[in-house]
Amino acid sequence: MQVIDRRQNPKAKSLGNRQRFLRRIKSQIRKAVNEAIENRSVADVDSGEKVSVTTSDIGEPTFGFDSSEGDRSYVIPGNHDYQRGDRIRKPSGGGSGSGSGGSPDGDGEDAFVFMLTREEFLDLFFEDLELPNLAKRKLKSITSTKWHRAGYANDGSPQRLNKSQTMRRSLARRIALKRPRLHELDQLEEELEAARAEGKEAEHDEEVTRLVRRIEQLRYRMQAVPFLDPVDLRYNRFEQTPKPTTQAVMFCLMDTSASMTESLKDLAKRFYILLHLFLTRHYRAVELVFIRHTYTAAEVDEETFFHGRETGGTVVSSALEEMLRIVRERYPVQDWNIYAAQASDGHNFDHDMPRTIALLQREILDLCQYYAYIEVGEEESSYTSALWNGYSQLESHPQFARAKVLDPTEIYPVFHKLFASTRHAS
Amino acid sequence: MENRKLLYQGSEWNFELLRRVHDAIEEIAIGEMGLNVYRNQIEVITSEQMLDAYTSLGMPLMYSHWSFGKRYSREEMLYRKGAQSLAYELVINSDPCVAYVIEENSMTMQTLVTAHASFGHNHFFKNNYLFRQWTRANRVLDDLAYAKRFIAECEERYGLQAVERTLDAAHALMSQGVSRYAPKHPARAKDIAVKAQSRKSHQEATFNDLWRTLPKPKERHKSDRDDDQDDNDSTLRLPEENLLRFLSLHAPKLKDWQREVLDIVRKTAQYFYPQQQTQLMNEGCATFVHYQIMNRLHETGQVDEAAMLEFLHMHTAVVTQPDFDDRRFRGINPYALGFAMMKDIERICETPEPEDLEWFPEIAGRGNFMQVLRDAWADYRDESFVLQFLSPHLIRKLRLFAVSDVSGSPHLSVEAIHDEAGYREIRRRMAHQYDLSKRDPEIEVTEADLKGNRRLVLTHRVRDGKILSSDDCNRVLRHVANLWGYRVRLIEIDADTGSTLNDYDAVALP
Repeated sequence: MQVIDRRQNPKAKSLGNRQRFLRRIKSQIRKAVNEAIENRSVADVDSGEKVSVTTSDIGEPTFGFDSSEGDRSYVIPGNHDYQRGDRIRKPSGGGSGSGSGGSPDGDGEDAFVFMLTREEFLDLFFEDLELPNLAKRKLKSITSTKWHRAGYANDGSPQRLNKSQTMRRSLARRIALKRPRLHELDQLEEELEAARAEGKEAEHDEEVTRLVRRIEQLRYRMQAVPFLDPVDLRYNRFEQTPKPTTQAVMFCLMDTSASMTESLKDLAKRFYILLHLFLTRHYRAVELVFIRHTYTAAEVDEETFFHGRETGGTVVSSALEEMLRIVRERYPVQDWNIYAAQASDGHNFDHDMPRTIALLQREILDLCQYYAYIEVGEEESSYTSALWNGYSQLESHPQFARAKVLDPTEIYPVFHKLFASTRHAS
Repeated sequence: MENRKLLYQGSEWNFELLRRVHDAIEEIAIGEMGLNVYRNQIEVITSEQMLDAYTSLGMPLMYSHWSFGKRYSREEMLYRKGAQSLAYELVINSDPCVAYVIEENSMTMQTLVTAHASFGHNHFFKNNYLFRQWTRANRVLDDLAYAKRFIAECEERYGLQAVERTLDAAHALMSQGVSRYAPKHPARAKDIAVKAQSRKSHQEATFNDLWRTLPKPKERHKSDRDDDQDDNDSTLRLPEENLLRFLSLHAPKLKDWQREVLDIVRKTAQYFYPQQQTQLMNEGCATFVHYQIMNRLHETGQVDEAAMLEFLHMHTAVVTQPDFDDRRFRGINPYALGFAMMKDIERICETPEPEDLEWFPEIAGRGNFMQVLRDAWADYRDESFVLQFLSPHLIRKLRLFAVSDVSGSPHLSVEAIHDEAGYREIRRRMAHQYDLSKRDPEIEVTEADLKGNRRLVLTHRVRDGKILSSDDCNRVLRHVANLWGYRVRLIEIDADTGSTLNDYDAVALP
């Protein structure tokens, strides 16, 4: 007989099988992701996701009998009072009747539900997307450095002395070298005191002599083995490492004048959600800035951004100026990866166009990793909007992209088009 | 033997205790019960590894396939929600016999599992005639390792998708992938190495008829044609019930690796075939053995009252048989019926009643029930075991009754109950229920035109009006067509009248 401990064997043997399974149900996962986007706020989409899959997609067919046809017989336990020849009305629905009398809860096999982990969810979702200019900025962004602890050192400046480590070593050394403790000495002295107090001729008493010699020995040892020795000293060690920029800020710019209806804002929201999800894949911290504008612009919270009502003319450049101001104040370009997504129905005052283009061309595009403009609309039309027209001269700029979205189903494809890994390669 | 000292106390286990308990059990199992087992190997695993193993068809090594991932997802979810507990044990029919125990189990549980798996199942695997004929215990793990490696290599070489398509199709035909008759030459240990070696070369050498349509030297052309016809009849050997074997040998368009994949799946199916035919007996045997052993350990003072109570609690849960109108009813529990029948045999041997003398003249009152049980475990399968040993006593105790469900009738009718007139009928029907060949549809390859339109014809002989469910049938047929490479037809013929009931047709994807 042999007992073998297999607990150390590699875990998650079935991981490969699980991945094969996920690959198979990818289309369902896409659907689940879309549903998640509909119901959650911009920053709160990327948790795990429950996916339900119908068995027809993942069923494993075999030749089996049609349960509603043919004659069957069963032997089953627990007869109470049936006699031979009794007839029992079949349960309605005409299923197999007795036999495996299905449970009233009806736990069938038709809907197969399971949880995707957050990683699986996002991996599948962003499979073939890539952040534009990611590599470039990474190289560029290693500009600052950071101190962090890196164990202990034998020497260092006094303010870095690590007391507990030092004492720990001193204690170990003292025990190893048998340094007597203070209270041992005290005890012996007390005993000597007591012996002397008992009178007698102290100098010749055997006990007293022994104690005196012992005390001498201890005193000598205490001097020979110091309480704290230079070899005990330990200092905190710090190392300097370059700090890569792992943060990004995402500017959501939107025209919120009356022409932007709820449904258009919803289209924009889905786009922003995708972008936010996407950025959190690549950066440790992603901050959101919502800027809405009519003829003036202001930074607002998400609720106001998507649901506030305002009317007034449209001056796009006001939003861009607001963005520049915020970047200057809070997001120094050397530390932050800056992304901006502008959603609009395309309307802008004609007189503002030159200024808008100039702002983008001279300042904003240069500090952004990527600037995406999506034009939302309710139906296809031949009319070309002021912004679409004006932005066409930015097309050649590598950091700029634009696309039109008319329907929620187009969001993902459009996003994909804007951020596909092949885009900037082509 | 009496009044030994306790083997363990409390619930903590360690490797030393596992060993000591195994040895104590071995003494009872072999010394007193006369069991004959393969060497034992007990492996301690985590619950996660247990989930892994039993979602891969209960095998420790298995090739990769998405359906195992699907099963894992489901089981893991149920387990995490607490809707389902893990299997306590898993045992592989191999030599040495590998039993898995989970680290979370208590020592009593480990003792139970050792008795149940390492002696009960192990004895059954080694002695039952079906396993002796069909499975080669000393090669199982090697075969699995080979299959895993082969499939992984194929995935690398031909792509995941291609391998997955072939496996999907093969899995769909798994229950039509067994040969129901014993091999002509029972395998002997010394043949095995040679066979393993020659199998691949044999496969390469197996001549495929279609390849003969290639141009040949002119002078021999005509005579070959004649041979062709003869060969066709003799090599195809129609009708053929083993669809997987037929396809792997004769499907015109399959690549060599695909044939090997089909063979791997076919062998896996074949490996499980004896298990399917003996589930009742196998579980009954293991349950009876663990029950005997735990009681002996207790009698001899080797386990204490606390352990015994814990054991009885688990044992009772395992052998519970809910009544048909109970919410928990999921058909006959093989543990319950198997154990009850074996306890019943013990009763018949030891303290028979007049009725038993009449029904079981050969064993009633004979004493030595272990001998009777050992013979039964060796020589029967579920169907014949029930037919031979289901007693009136047990039929009454379980209050068994037979109902029949005729299609078209609004009523079920009670055909037999647990009374004098019904015992034999109930026993006959119960045995019938365990007959696998009646449970699976009877589908054969009846025609394969290798020359003309290359159509393959399958025939389903329909009994009792039980036709195939058409949805699944169409989907499986598409798999068959993809393997075959040409049009495939399935005809359903009533076994009694010979009339055609259904006709399915599928074409291969380009």
